[in-house]
Amino acid sequence: MPNIILIGINHKTAPVALREKLSFSIEETLAALETLKQHPGIKEILIFSTCNRTEILYVASRSGTVDTLITFLSGSKQISPSEFVPALYILRKEEAIHHLFRVAASLDSMMVGEPQILGQIKLAYRTAVKAGTSKVLLNRMMHKSFSLAKKVRKETGIGDNAVSISYAAIELANKIFSDLSTKTVMLLGAGEMAELAVEHLISHNVGQIRVSNRTFENAVALAERFNGRALGFEERVDALTEVDIIISSTGATDYVITADQVKKAMKKRKYRTLFFIDIAVPRDIDPKINQLSNVYVYDIDDLKTVVASNIQQREQETVKAERFVSEAVIKFRQWLDSLAIVPTIKALNEKMTGIVEMECDKTLSHLSHLAEPDKDAIRRMTQAIATRAIHDPIMFLKHTGGHRDDSLYLNVARQLFNLDMLENQ
Amino acid sequence: MGVQTGNTLLQIAFLLYVSSLAGYLVFLVRQKDRIQKISFYLIAMGVGIHLAGMLTLGVTIKGLPVQNLVQSLSMAALALGAMFLYVQYKFNLKMLGLFAALILSITMLSALVLPDTQAPPNDAFKGVWFYCHILLIFAGDAALGLACGAGILYLLQEKGIKARNPGFFFKRLPSLDFLDDVSHACITTGFFLLTLGLVTGFVYAKVLWGHFWSWDFKEVFSLGAWFVYAVLLHLRFYAGWRGRKSAIMTIVGFAIIVFTFLGVNLFLGGHHQEFTK
Repeated sequence: MPNIILIGINHKTAPVALREKLSFSIEETLAALETLKQHPGIKEILIFSTCNRTEILYVASRSGTVDTLITFLSGSKQISPSEFVPALYILRKEEAIHHLFRVAASLDSMMVGEPQILGQIKLAYRTAVKAGTSKVLLNRMMHKSFSLAKKVRKETGIGDNAVSISYAAIELANKIFSDLSTKTVMLLGAGEMAELAVEHLISHNVGQIRVSNRTFENAVALAERFNGRALGFEERVDALTEVDIIISSTGATDYVITADQVKKAMKKRKYRTLFFIDIAVPRDIDPKINQLSNVYVYDIDDLKTVVASNIQQREQETVKAERFVSEAVIKFRQWLDSLAIVPTIKALNEKMTGIVEMECDKTLSHLSHLAEPDKDAIRRMTQAIATRAIHDPIMFLKHTGGHRDDSLYLNVARQLFNLDMLENQ
Repeated sequence: MGVQTGNTLLQIAFLLYVSSLAGYLVFLVRQKDRIQKISFYLIAMGVGIHLAGMLTLGVTIKGLPVQNLVQSLSMAALALGAMFLYVQYKFNLKMLGLFAALILSITMLSALVLPDTQAPPNDAFKGVWFYCHILLIFAGDAALGLACGAGILYLLQEKGIKARNPGFFFKRLPSLDFLDDVSHACITTGFFLLTLGLVTGFVYAKVLWGHFWSWDFKEVFSLGAWFVYAVLLHLRFYAGWRGRKSAIMTIVGFAIIVFTFLGVNLFLGGHHQEFTK
């Protein structure tokens, strides 16, 4: 098996400060790839960097490359090896493949099942292609990881459930309202989590934003940020007639919206649905409001319960996803094994023999006047033609020369003669 | 011969409805779109064969096949199936198929196991007004039946959200707004068809018996059901009755319709009894 190596740090092995120090921007990645591709021991290389991980995946042609990369990281990031080496994981061959596939399938993420990771891996791959450092092995490996990630997403429920408070709130909003783009959101107070929820809602095309805060200046600043409208804090009750979703996170010690206020507002708004998301502790929204018709109140504990049940469901789906990863690793290893010269020549011979036998049988069945010895002679002749025809390609594959990339020519041969047909099916 | 062919086609339709019900039950658990699509096509095929069966029967008896209880049940199922295909095409409310397949299977099973007594030829079962009255009433009832289905789905979804425990149906059902919209669209359609059905019924009664209204039990209950939906639509428009209240009223309205269709004829009598002998 080719010497595939993956070295990296992630959220499990390193604190955020260290991850930040070792992270690469796109420009830095390109520059690093340009430098590293000059190294004679590195045949192919790819750098993958997000806020949660920095990983270098490469195919080595000789030993000692791990030390080279540690020195490179230390030099380019101005950080002593002793600072980051303890947090580094070094995975080889099958382990490295398994790790990449798990990362692509979002099984190694801080939030398992989050969809962004695949896009980030694709970007890293495109950068490596641009730098000319991803060739036969990495190309195939990356494409396999993409198709695996798609399969995991499609065939398991791993990405179905919201596992963060703000996403759970949006999931609920989507189950209450059919079209968020026609809805107005009112932000009461300016807590960080409430802002996050509004940001998520905006990314889900929510209609308009209103911000109401005790300090009007802050409301104006926040409203500007969300392209919305600021309201005085005392206007919040009147606003209940025109908004649909209320996210509350004030520091108040009493309820800032009471059941009576909502009852009156509901009559005015002809009982159109209202959804309260109360993220404040102590609570801002009177829980009795949930008893009113067409009004739904979720506080932070309710949202946590939703998230917890989603995490539980997601864990069940993870088992299925891990099985897909293991299968993909086995298939990829089989493909790697087939890249060795003997299996490829064997497959080539088998393919040719099969074609010759099939065509001879087809033709000779129409030539019944021929005697058996004549038929045998024709069979021998066609087999000889086929053997001679593939002799030169086989000789070429046996002696590609030390300076050339064996795996490239073997892969090309397998593609030219469609030898991976079974594996692809 | 024609009756035999017609009945065979109805039996095939029943098998398709039952298969679809099984498919929808699998879909309820597994949530694979492919299973839902297959189940939907099974209903569509069932409706096609059901229609062919009813046409065969109609040609054989030279009239609308609603002349006894078995035929009336079968016609009700056909109307529900056809209306479901339209509602599904328009709204794509996937879980509504489970409700439709269940009602179709139960109704057709009843139609197949009950004794099919041949009614003597009756001139009352003829004429344009009769045909319009029957077809409009059945179509209207079918739409209101589907409104009830959407209402039940609404209550299931609402229960989980209100209890702050999303539960089994949360992922399987669309938003409350959407369920309410589908239910409302079905009520509006059903109410419109029911109104036309009642009007044509009055005209037909005038033609046949010389008076629009005769205090027949079925007439009274039909008008009662019509009032329930009229009130519901009125309250929705003026007082914002929507969501839970609307869903409950839709279910109550449909219960009255089912009683009007079966209960009145079976237990109370009246001149509509002819259809359900």
